Amino acid sequence: MSTTPTSAGRRRWTVNSRKLPYLLLAPALFFELLVHLVPMLGGLWMSLLELTQFHLRTWLQAPFAGLDNYRFAIDFNGAVGAELLRSFLVTCAFAVLTVALSWALGMFAAVLLQRTFPGRALLRALFLVPYALPVYTAVLIWKFMLDRSDGMVNTVLDDLGVGGGTFWLLGDNAFLSLVVTAVWRLWPFAFLALMAGMQSIPADVHESATVDGAGPWQQFRSITLPMLRPVNQVLVLVLFLWTFNDFNVPYLLFDQSVPGAANLLSIHIYNSSFLTWNFGLGSAMSALLLLFLLLVTAGYLAFTSRKVKDV
Amino acid sequence: MSEPRWFRVLRVVGLTGLALFVLVPLYVMVTSSIKPLAAVQDRFEWFPDEITLQPFVDMWSTVSLATYFRNSVVVATGAAVLSVAIAVFAAYAISRYRFRGRDTFRIVVLSTQMFPGILFLLPLYLLYATIGQVTGIALHGSQIGLIITYLTFSLPFSIWMLVGYFDSIPRDLDEAALIDGAGPVRALVRVVLPAARPGIAAVAIYSFMTAWGETLFASIMTDSGSRTLAVGLREYSTQTSVYWNEVMAASLVVSIPVVIGFLFMQRYLAQGLTAGAVK
Repeated sequence: MSTTPTSAGRRRWTVNSRKLPYLLLAPALFFELLVHLVPMLGGLWMSLLELTQFHLRTWLQAPFAGLDNYRFAIDFNGAVGAELLRSFLVTCAFAVLTVALSWALGMFAAVLLQRTFPGRALLRALFLVPYALPVYTAVLIWKFMLDRSDGMVNTVLDDLGVGGGTFWLLGDNAFLSLVVTAVWRLWPFAFLALMAGMQSIPADVHESATVDGAGPWQQFRSITLPMLRPVNQVLVLVLFLWTFNDFNVPYLLFDQSVPGAANLLSIHIYNSSFLTWNFGLGSAMSALLLLFLLLVTAGYLAFTSRKVKDV
Repeated sequence: MSEPRWFRVLRVVGLTGLALFVLVPLYVMVTSSIKPLAAVQDRFEWFPDEITLQPFVDMWSTVSLATYFRNSVVVATGAAVLSVAIAVFAAYAISRYRFRGRDTFRIVVLSTQMFPGILFLLPLYLLYATIGQVTGIALHGSQIGLIITYLTFSLPFSIWMLVGYFDSIPRDLDEAALIDGAGPVRALVRVVLPAARPGIAAVAIYSFMTAWGETLFASIMTDSGSRTLAVGLREYSTQTSVYWNEVMAASLVVSIPVVIGFLFMQRYLAQGLTAGAVK
């Protein structure tokens, strides 16, 4: 293909030009099938099996269980279902809180850095560092700060006289630790996306608004927010999906013993599968999780795109 | 242009607060990495009494850090190269051709980005085990297995971002090349790729970064020989104590390359994000 094209070569491409896009797509298609479609179908099949450690090596011959795994998972009076429900609610609260805080901080920073001033580039780079860090180092730093009764956080609280000595990684406090750590790492992403979005707003819009006497708050409400709507629409969805599926933060923050207050769905499914070796149940829970995410996404997209049309 | 006074005050206060929020944990990481073990196990202190570089020496022998580092480099590089190489052709097809199934493919790629990793973990784990039993090809515990696994998130992201970049390159450029007699692949390699170089670099670095930081698959899909940093760093915690100074020293060392890479590429990444969002 790198040789000078001859007339024959040219004809070859024109003949195949209908097939060409598919040819270009073929490698991606192959790997999409391999890493997405096949595992998904496999997962759905596994969710219908009684797949415990006894059948792990020969999982294809595991006994068929029908919808039993699903019945277990959504029987909220049973132990399994009750735990799943609790984990689901914890995950919802975690995702909503984390996304809201990350978005607000990112927006706040982006607005404050909208105008050029000395040190702006430095601050911008600094704010991005938590997101650039590998997840596990970000979480390990927080684990170290929250750990122990005389760790960094408790020392500061002690010095401020508001009482230290709290075990932040145990019990209900674990939820707060989870949110703070997740927000610390995630808000720079919101900042990056919003800052980029703001650069596409022409400067003279703000200038003429200033001339007309609109203050920063008015400009934010009537120019910045509406013009960022397409960015926000995607950003909030992406942040929500990432947070809802988050595994890294709880897994690294709490090790094996995740407190109930921080038992996110991905951790719950992971533990149900790899600690108690009930892969069938784990797969059923995964399928339910996926169904929920699909519904939320479809609803969200329908809702936000209708809103955009109204404007 | 004049700004109200309250806004200028808000800016100083707000930016200082945010800077502290970001900086304090980073400061704790750096200062803790140069403390002796007894000091990090004791009550936290802002200013180290005694400064030592010993954690940076000891961290290599407490756990097999060099091996994990090497594994992470191989896996993250492999995932980045493979996903970009595959995504370039797919993104070019989507950006430049109208064909049946185009929209379906786009939507499928876009939606797989939202799927939870846990959804793929169990089936891939069992699938790899089965492939290993049947064919003798050990995907589980191997680096190539992990690289393929990482395509679950790096490939959709790469395709999505690259379509955005390619769309922003005027079609006239490669159409001119086609008229001059170049084949489509030649037009892609000679015209579109050079013009999209920053975007390709950004996507590659992003794929590298996510693979470098990935924990879920790495915790299940690796064994002692193929363990990556994400899992390996946990070994600084023993039954009796945690070598926090070495954890922080190792965290610092494994973070620096990706942080630098990210800061170089963030502008192009932001461009791609908005290009993808606006459409």
